[in-house]
This record gives sequence, structure tokens and C-alpha cells, in this order.
Amino acid sequence: MTLRHMTLRRGVFLAGVATLCAWVLVPIYLIMLGAIGGEATVNAWPKPFWPVTWSLAALRQFMNIAGVWMSVLYSVEAASLCMLIAIALGAPAGYALARYRFRGATGFRLFVLLTRAFPVAILALPLAVSFIRLGLYDSPIGVGLMHSVLAMPFAVLISASLFQAIPRELEEAAWIFGCSGPGAFFRVVLPLALPGITATAIFAFVISWNEVFAASVLTVRHRTLTAYLLTVLSESPLHTQFAGGFILIVPSVLFILLVRRQLFSMWGIASR
Amino acid sequence: MHRDVMRGRFKAATPYLLVAPATTLLCVLFLIPLLQTIALAFRANGAFSFANFATMAGDINFNDAMINTFEVVLLAVPLQVALALGMAMMLRHLKHGRDIVIWIWSIPLGISDLAAGLVWLAILTDHGYLNTILYRLGIIGGPRSWLTYETPTTLLIAIVVEEVWRATAIVLVILAAGVQLVPKEYAEAADVFGASPWQRFTRVMLPLLRPSIQTALILRTVLAFEMFATVMALGGRNFPVLMSQTFNAQYAQQDYGTAAAYAVLIMALSIGATLVYLRLLRTPPEQLP
Repeated sequence: MTLRHMTLRRGVFLAGVATLCAWVLVPIYLIMLGAIGGEATVNAWPKPFWPVTWSLAALRQFMNIAGVWMSVLYSVEAASLCMLIAIALGAPAGYALARYRFRGATGFRLFVLLTRAFPVAILALPLAVSFIRLGLYDSPIGVGLMHSVLAMPFAVLISASLFQAIPRELEEAAWIFGCSGPGAFFRVVLPLALPGITATAIFAFVISWNEVFAASVLTVRHRTLTAYLLTVLSESPLHTQFAGGFILIVPSVLFILLVRRQLFSMWGIASR
Repeated sequence: MHRDVMRGRFKAATPYLLVAPATTLLCVLFLIPLLQTIALAFRANGAFSFANFATMAGDINFNDAMINTFEVVLLAVPLQVALALGMAMMLRHLKHGRDIVIWIWSIPLGISDLAAGLVWLAILTDHGYLNTILYRLGIIGGPRSWLTYETPTTLLIAIVVEEVWRATAIVLVILAAGVQLVPKEYAEAADVFGASPWQRFTRVMLPLLRPSIQTALILRTVLAFEMFATVMALGGRNFPVLMSQTFNAQYAQQDYGTAAAYAVLIMALSIGATLVYLRLLRTPPEQLP
């Protein structure tokens, strides 16, 4: 193969990579235009491909969509609760799977995996009824609880693999030097596992932040952002919808940026 | 002596104490609701019955919802797997900027189906960006609708395109994780024996990736049966799917029995698809890496 041939092939290859990058990024750029441009951009024809109508008024309009910001608050509450429960309950279970051989370990692993295989509808419908009885209906707490079930399998399986990757000998050395069992865990194992656990926590947050169906079924007035956007789909002006959609996307992009190093190992394991 | 026995008992109980909170949560918020939904679906007027399923199948939108759901699954899932395979192979040959390309390609992984639906709504709406491009190119004379009841084909294409845009990332991450496990020596050995790049891909890479492809197919198909918010954002009532029917039964009609019947149907389809994939793409034990 000649050198020219090689560079040509390389060029085609890199053009393909660039095209696929644009395929992901350009649509996000376009909804950003719709979000910050306000009414003027949404009704413009033909559409400008850069923010010409960028004005303070449009930005203020965007910041003042009352329903959106209130529901962002509810979403953050629900997602934080989901994150806390998933880590607080999932990480210990993951540690047990990684460090102990016990009767029922395989059964537990299967049970956890099973929760991921069922459609969310099958859980959300009866939970709506139970939550009304318990006073959790129409509150971010109920939504967060429901979402923690969705995040639990990831939290358990990913933390299990994290703890497995930390050599048992380190812990045993700490015992020999006089650490108690919990002492060794908190002083030696936890600091090593912390980056991975943080990534898992962010992941749990985003699972809740993005979930639409359960959040819509479990709320009426205190709607999370996704539930709010779903109900106003047919009635609110387009620029409100685009603004809401853009607010939904921003944390997701940051999330992938934060956990991109763990992403592949996380999924490699979680998908086994 | 007594203390040691106590300590031993405590040690044996430790894993169970660690697992107990998660198990309790999943029993209360997963197992019980699951059984309740199944019970609700098969019950009418206090007795075992298929009445809810009859109501479900009798709905005017039921057939459309079934057909639409299957059309999207059958069109989008193979496209996602093919595109993700290509992207995973490209990542292997990328020398510089691999980190940033991985980041960009995985961004849709974090984007919710609702947000993705709104993104494509911004592009495909009457006064949207697609029509602007077509207008500038002189293909259309003015704003045009793509997402209405009168344009079922373009509406279907729009939903498939959105699904490919959003959900290829998850397939890519699963496949790329699998590609990392394939030793480079395999490809080199094939190269030495004179295999073309295409042969290396189909004869070496694809068989070794079979477990990852299976996982990706199962996950994507199960999630595609649950597709909901995207369709609501792009098609609304013009494109009924199983999940939107469930939502309507539960929310608009407050008919919990029928909603439960839909949920059970979606579950049955998911389990069925999983079993099919497990059978079709079974890896013989001797081929396991």
C-alpha cells in the first residue's frame, strides 16, 4: 500500500469519527438555541443556526418559567434521596458479595439482577396506591424511594466489583496492626473504593433525574422536572419545552464527563 | 471460650446483616408491588378472570400500539447494535483524542428519553431546523409537518432516528467493554495467517463479542418495549405504544386493572425476548473466554 493510499484511508476514517461526534453534539446545540432564544427563535422562519436573538429578555424569560424551576427543586430532592438510599443500602450488600462466601449469595445476586429486568410500569402502578395510604404520594420522597429500586442493582453490583478489586491482604494487614473489622474497612478499604462509589452515586442520581414514567404516575402537584414536562407537552409553548429539555440535559452531559473513566469498567461489570 | 463462640456466630451473621437492608427495600418496593400488579391484572369483581386483558385487547388503539412498539423495536435495535459495533471498532483504531471521542459518544447515555424526544422535536417541528435546511436547499417551499397523524411513516422514522441517537451509546459502552477483553494477539494471529480486515472482524471479533452482543440486545430490547416519553414528546396521541396505553389507562381513565394488564403484557414480552436471545446467541461453554 502506498503512503498516499494510507493517508487517504486515515482521512476517511477520521472524517467518519468527526461525523459521528457531530451527530451526537449538533442536536444538543440546536435545542440549546431553542432554549435560550425564547419565543422569537422558536417562531423564526427560516431558522438561524446561531443565537442571533440572544437577548437579556429571552434569557430572563427562560429563567422565569416558574413551573420549571420549582420542579427542578423536586427533581433534585428525589434524586438526592435515591442516591443516598442506593449507596447506603447497596454498598454494604456489595461488600458482602465481594468479601464473604455465604449461603444464598447467588440467590441474592439473581434477585438483584431480576429487579432490572422488570418494566417500571409493573412497580409504579401499585406503589401509587400504597403511597396514597402511607402519605408518600405526590411527594419527592415517594419518587426517590421508587427510584432507589431502579438504582439498587447498579449500586450493589458495581460496588461488589469495586470491593473485589481491592486486595483482601490490605484489610488483613490492618487487622494485624490492631485495627478492628469496621476500623480496617473505614481506614483502608473505603478510601480506596471512594472514587468508584462516587461514580456510582452520580449514576444513581442521574437514573432518578431522568426517569419519567414512575415520576409521572406518583405525583400530581409536586411534579419532578420530567413529570412536569410530560404533562405540559401538549399545552405549553415550545420554547418552554425546549428550555425544560435543555435543563434536563445539562447535568447528564456533566455526569458523563465526571464518570467517563469508570464508565467502561462499570458497564463491563454491570452487564455481566 | 464463650466469647469466641459468640464472636464466631456474629462473624457468620455479618454478610446477612450487610445484605438485609437492601433485601428489605427490594422486597417492600419491588417484590410486593410486582405480585400486586400480577394479582390486579388477573382479577375482576373479586374473582380470577381475564376481563382486564379482554378490555385491553378491545381498546381501539391496542393493535396500533402493538404494531408501533414492535416496529420501533425491530428497526431501532439492529441499527443501534450495527452502529455501536462500527463505533467500537473505530475506537480501537483511534490513536489520538480517544478520551474525548469516548466522552462525546457516550453523552447520550446520560440523556433521558424525554429530553431526547424534545431535542428531536426542536429539529423536526414545522418551523424546525430540518425544514430550514430543506428550504435552503430548495427541496421544500415552506414549513412542513412530519410528526402528524397524516404522516405515519415519517413519524415512525423520526422515532427510530431518535432512538438510534439516544440509545446507541449504551450499546457502545457494553460492546467497547467487551472489545477491551479481546486480546490483541488474536487479531495479530489472524493477520499473520492472511485474513483480510473484514474476515478478522467477522471470524475473530464477532464470535468473541457474542456475550457482549447478547447482553446489549437483551438490555436494549427490554428497554425498547418500555419506550414512552420519547414517543409522547414526538408523536403524542398520534403514535400509541404499549407504555403510553398503560399510562392512559392508569392516569386518564383510572382503570387500574387494565393498566396492570398492560404492565403484565410488557413484562411477558420482555421475558420472551430475553429467552429468545439467550437461546439464539448461546455461547458454547468451550468458547467462553
